Amino acid sequence: MITAGLDLGTQTVKAVILKDGEVVSRGKAFSGFDPTEAAKQAINAALKEAKLSLSDISHLTATGSGIEMAPNANSTISMMGADAHAGVFLFPKARTIIDVGAEEARAVKCDDKGVMMDFVVNERCAAGAGTFIEAMARALEVKLEDMGPLSLKAEHASPINASCVIFGESDVVTLIHRQESKPEIARAIFDAMADRVSSMVHRLGVNPDVVLVGGVAKDVGFVASLKRKLSIDLLIPEYPEYAGALGAALVAARRVKKV
Amino acid sequence: MKEALLKEDVEYWRWQEYHRVFSEKKWRNKDIITAGVDVGSVGSKAAIMIDGEVYSWGVMRTGSNSPDSAKKALGWAMEGTGLRVNDFKYIVGTGYGRVNVPMANKAITEIACHAKGANYIWGPSVRTVLDVGGQDIKAIHCDETGRVTSFLMNDKCAAGTGRGMEVFADLLKIPIEKIGEVSLQVNEEPPPVSCTCVAFAKTEAMGLLRKGWSKEKVLAAYTHAMAIRMGNLVKRVGLEKEFVITGGQSKNIGIVTRIEKALGVKCLPMPNWRENGLDPIIAGAIGAALFGKALYEKAQKAKG
Repeated sequence: MITAGLDLGTQTVKAVILKDGEVVSRGKAFSGFDPTEAAKQAINAALKEAKLSLSDISHLTATGSGIEMAPNANSTISMMGADAHAGVFLFPKARTIIDVGAEEARAVKCDDKGVMMDFVVNERCAAGAGTFIEAMARALEVKLEDMGPLSLKAEHASPINASCVIFGESDVVTLIHRQESKPEIARAIFDAMADRVSSMVHRLGVNPDVVLVGGVAKDVGFVASLKRKLSIDLLIPEYPEYAGALGAALVAARRVKKV
Repeated sequence: MKEALLKEDVEYWRWQEYHRVFSEKKWRNKDIITAGVDVGSVGSKAAIMIDGEVYSWGVMRTGSNSPDSAKKALGWAMEGTGLRVNDFKYIVGTGYGRVNVPMANKAITEIACHAKGANYIWGPSVRTVLDVGGQDIKAIHCDETGRVTSFLMNDKCAAGTGRGMEVFADLLKIPIEKIGEVSLQVNEEPPPVSCTCVAFAKTEAMGLLRKGWSKEKVLAAYTHAMAIRMGNLVKRVGLEKEFVITGGQSKNIGIVTRIEKALGVKCLPMPNWRENGLDPIIAGAIGAALFGKALYEKAQKAKG
């Protein structure tokens, strides 16, 4: 049985194809101005890799902030529901899933079957999402992908009071003027963001095992800061940005079985 | 080509620094000369008062160094007055950088100073003060003497602050001093932008511009959302008449009219500040200078 999951995020659309409970391929495209078109590209890329065609998919489930723009979807699942299913599929002992994306962060509490029980979300403030790192990298004149490795070189933490992207930009400029080194500033940026994410997670309660997914989970700097803040180890899958799409594909498979 | 490049270099957020001396009042050594220095996150304000009356003030942009900004602002208020630092009987520092005012005899919170200053500017009927600063918004409730009875503050988020307005002035390429009027140049008030986060609102605004909205309409939608946010803070602290707005946004007519609409009350009218010196942007510095006078008198009394 072949099913697919589509995750229409604010920055990228991800597709996962699942065959008999195993991931066979993945596809990704930038959301841009036309998320529907991007979704088609993502699913076609995944189909091509798996040497399949759209008609081979028995059920396609969509998720993500652009859910209503999903093409060819048979059903939908909430982002929190998708995270919970993916988290427990990847790590059976997972009970808390933290998902940090480009413009949103969430934490989901789930049971041993991957059913979502409770969640918290930040979608109103850019300071707790990937956008924050992007804006700060620009202010620091460092490439986004260099931020994490750079921050790991910091010898000490120089806290900034950045609770807001707009204020953070001026804080970074102040630190540059004070001739603080770039690794220290990068570390301060990740610490500030991890602060926001961890206080969100604490509102939900931290139930081990804790899984971190979403595009930001690929950033070693953020991961190190969040581990320090939560004082807990985080499980991170190999393809964290595909967790939402994977969860949707898993839900699709369940829905086929039920029919 | 060169001209086009220069135009791109315009800093739309940059506001004019200003200074004024009300020289019809002459100071004498026996007067109680006090100063209030309000070092905000964006603007530094200094007010000099003689026997509790506004004598001069200066407003300038806060630099990266607070003590320096404090000195410069006070220096500017002193310019052309013949006053020297030794002439001051008492100097009070206030604002975000109040602990970094080197010449101050004491530091007092800007919340107390704004309430005191608003009471001085508009009189004892003032009960609710909304102070919109560069990096925070405070809704203050006070009694007839200008003493703070309660307050609420948002200092974690740029939404509604002067800094957020500067970001939009830059984005829409409208000089910051004009954004109030420009935001009112719409036939019909558009719905507010849905994002309050300035970073997200920027993205939303760019989308609206691409959809063909005019700059004025986008600015109106943004200003509308910010006014609702500020209005809610005032409602939470408890709106009681009379109501006034202090800080930089008191001069943003687009914000003021929309807050009035959101709250269903009129603010007390803007004083004729160019003539009488009662500038709502200086409210904190005026309050600080008034506290300075009271503290000096108390110390004199204690001495006997």
